[in-house]
Amino acid sequence: MTASLHAHTQPARDLLDPLPDDQFGYAQARHLLWRAGFGATDIQIRALVDLGPKRAVSMVVDYEDVPTESDEHDQFDKNIMRPLTQAEQLARRQASQRRDEDTLSRFRAMRQQAQRADRTQMRELQKWWLTRMIQTARPLEEKLTLFWHGHFATSYRSVEDSFHLYQQNRLFRGSAMSYPNLLRGIIRDPAMLRYLNNNQNRKAKPNENLAREIMELFSLGEGNYTEGDIKNGARALTGYTYRDDAFFFRQDQHDTGPKQILGARGNMDGDAFVNAILRHRACASYMAHRLYRYFVADIPIDPERAPGIHKAAVRKLGDQLRREEYDLKPWLTTLFRSRHFYSDAVMGQKIKSPVELAVGAIRSLGVPTRDLSTIVRSLEGMGQNLFYPPSVKGWDGGRMWINTSTLFMRQNLLMYLISGQLPQQNRRARTDTTFDPRQALPMLFDPDGKTDDAEVAGRLLELAFGTRDPQAVRVLADSAASNGGVQANKVLPGLLILITSMPEYQLC
Amino acid sequence: MSLHNNPSEAKAYTRRQFLHNGALFASAALSVPTFLQGTAHALPRPLAGLSSISGVNEDRVLVVVQLSGGNDGLNTVVPFRDDLYRRARPTIAIAPESVHELSKNGRNGAGDMGLHPSMTGVRELYDEGMCAVVQSVGYPNPNRSHFASMDIWHTADESGTGEGWLGRYVDSQCCGYGKGESGQAEDGAPFQPPISIGRTMPLALQGREMMPLSFESPQLYRWTGDSSEDLSLAHEQLLGRHAETTGDHHDETPASFLVRTALDARVSSETIRDAVSKQSLVRYPGTGFARQLSMVASMIRAGLGTRVYYVSLGGFDTHAGQGGAQGQHARLLAQFSDAIRAFYRDLQAQGNDGRVLTTCFSEFGRRVSQNASNGTDHGTAAPMFLFGPMVNAGVHGSNPNLRDLDNGDLKFRADFRQVYAEVLDSWLATNSADVLERKYKHLRLLNA
Repeated sequence: MTASLHAHTQPARDLLDPLPDDQFGYAQARHLLWRAGFGATDIQIRALVDLGPKRAVSMVVDYEDVPTESDEHDQFDKNIMRPLTQAEQLARRQASQRRDEDTLSRFRAMRQQAQRADRTQMRELQKWWLTRMIQTARPLEEKLTLFWHGHFATSYRSVEDSFHLYQQNRLFRGSAMSYPNLLRGIIRDPAMLRYLNNNQNRKAKPNENLAREIMELFSLGEGNYTEGDIKNGARALTGYTYRDDAFFFRQDQHDTGPKQILGARGNMDGDAFVNAILRHRACASYMAHRLYRYFVADIPIDPERAPGIHKAAVRKLGDQLRREEYDLKPWLTTLFRSRHFYSDAVMGQKIKSPVELAVGAIRSLGVPTRDLSTIVRSLEGMGQNLFYPPSVKGWDGGRMWINTSTLFMRQNLLMYLISGQLPQQNRRARTDTTFDPRQALPMLFDPDGKTDDAEVAGRLLELAFGTRDPQAVRVLADSAASNGGVQANKVLPGLLILITSMPEYQLC
Repeated sequence: MSLHNNPSEAKAYTRRQFLHNGALFASAALSVPTFLQGTAHALPRPLAGLSSISGVNEDRVLVVVQLSGGNDGLNTVVPFRDDLYRRARPTIAIAPESVHELSKNGRNGAGDMGLHPSMTGVRELYDEGMCAVVQSVGYPNPNRSHFASMDIWHTADESGTGEGWLGRYVDSQCCGYGKGESGQAEDGAPFQPPISIGRTMPLALQGREMMPLSFESPQLYRWTGDSSEDLSLAHEQLLGRHAETTGDHHDETPASFLVRTALDARVSSETIRDAVSKQSLVRYPGTGFARQLSMVASMIRAGLGTRVYYVSLGGFDTHAGQGGAQGQHARLLAQFSDAIRAFYRDLQAQGNDGRVLTTCFSEFGRRVSQNASNGTDHGTAAPMFLFGPMVNAGVHGSNPNLRDLDNGDLKFRADFRQVYAEVLDSWLATNSADVLERKYKHLRLLNA
């Protein structure tokens, strides 16, 4: 009886219920491609609309099926910062004992030379990753890699070994969908072990830095562990260090005594510590909140201060993540198909990170990449220097990206990508490539070539925002008309410059 | 090109916004974008001496100098007669004969302290009665993380969370922080947003209501598209669509937040670039830090009406090869000291020195004993400096006591919020308890 009664009432709509097929249009497909990747061209958006939401999300999330270039392990030199050989160490020790300043200064010079070479390689690594994000056929893979880079934030500033950061980047990409694997990997990652000083974590003198940050920032959040958990966690990680480029377990420095961490007991090592974390109830909630802030909405770091609808969504997604045992593939599938993901509270409400802005503009507008070093410098100016997060907390994101200074930098970067013009004294870039939007954006124009100014302006606005604001269409069409119409030289780049300089272009 | 979306209506609304809620468009009063020019004559251009705050009879300016990385206080204000000091620092201690002794100047409390030999500039200001040193400044349960301790200084909160202390001050002036109502002074110019020079916006300036301005280099503080008149005009028409949406800051949408920032950027760009393009009245040293201060002086001279400026000098994290009377730390202190002297000489030439108080801090001092790399590690309490003719010149507070350490670290004897409170109450003429959430005892650092 009750069952039949319920059958007649409208079932309560769940935030995570899938979006009905007929509600997945251009704006929704565009939204998915921006949030799960770095934007897309008009053609790509239309192709995704035709697939419908289920297959569209699967195409984005099941990226392992998409062929990709193999990751050549030897493209970066791993020997630049190699430690001294035993013979060299002995020679230096002896020189030091007999105060042989010549030999000692040779060693110092060698070290300085290596550091210079490594900084050069670091710049190459930044450009390599940026290129990968621009070109990849698996945007979600790079988007997740960038998420993990901000989550397990590690800066070259104190690691000072570009190859270690390259290895860490590969770890993030290789296990992008598996949080447990990343947590196990990060306690063995040379860059992280160096960054949080775990190479100094010894039985006789534990260093709590890594143990603390693992719980505070990487998994549970403040308030979900005790000082005792930190002390015992640090003991579990004693002896976890690295030699040259690989993890090394120093058995003699490992504390084998009994420990108690987050309710688990025993002679716990790093893996047992990680397992205790993964079993903790707060872990899935914390990770859902972190992922939500990256993929869905700029909500406060304190989940309690989030607006109600977001709070409810995070709670449900936390439960979901716990049920999926931290497997992000089904979790992201649920998220990207959900009604909530396409609601007004989410669409067009998130501030693009500098990387999203730059990579997204190149991918969606078809503008040339121009000079990668210029873009890397510009990213730094906008507050997101790849491989140099400001602290172990990573990037705050959201409105913290924006101030009067960075907003000009954002607008000027787009100006540079579209026109080649640099902000310094109106200088034009030396490596200048002309950009013809008629080539890059063919779908915007009717085949007969007699395209109406207002219609082109409208389509450009849709590509940039998912909607066309009639007032903006009018301003743009007038501007085009007064310069000879959209078919005239330089008018289209002008329209793109105007659109990308609108404050709302910073949103996605 | 014509504006189709009923321009007269948009202008009328914008004008109303300007006149009745100028604080929201605070920086808009600096210069006015073309699409708002019809209303420009209604606005007094801010001039020096014109105050928006009742009860303050002149436009007072606060300049905050941040020394990032943890400045070594003991080698800045040196206890040069103390044997323990020399013993703790065998290779980096400053020799007694080289310091600028502070005790001979007839100022209060100096005792046995001397300035680092490279600080001749600060010493000059000290001798002229324009420098106050506050000893052993810190806070309870010191945090040794750069980021965490910086956040504590910026928020004036021991957990390092919440808005910045100057952000809260600015909100209280422009928008009624703690008063429950948004508004601005009945007459006079609208309150101007703080200006930070540098790439990142310091947390200290971040409030809820008024957004600070920031720029690193004036050449980059502009939109490149403005080199084309066509683009410039259309861009302003696109911005003009939003004139009516930028009202209330509470729960504002991301889009209106961005529009507000864009308008602030746009309307301040030309004024700021104009102001800093003028030749300074004195020669500054050729350092980046001196350049920052020369730009602040130029903006003060141009009558921007901004009350809070923020500049910073980094590199104080001297873990290795710190040096003593010469070397890394000495060079940093020289940069700091020479630039501050030039700044006040410039302000004196302008006749503005009496309007400008400068305070200087670092997130922590360094440990008493040097480390194995001839450097020093993160420590705790350290001196603060205040500059300007309104300071009660001399050495204040308790000199560091090297016989009474806490696990090798100096104990703090003055809370940095005591300094903040006095700056707020006595210099900025506001109620510090509104901003700092409680009262702090003044140290009598200011004759204001």
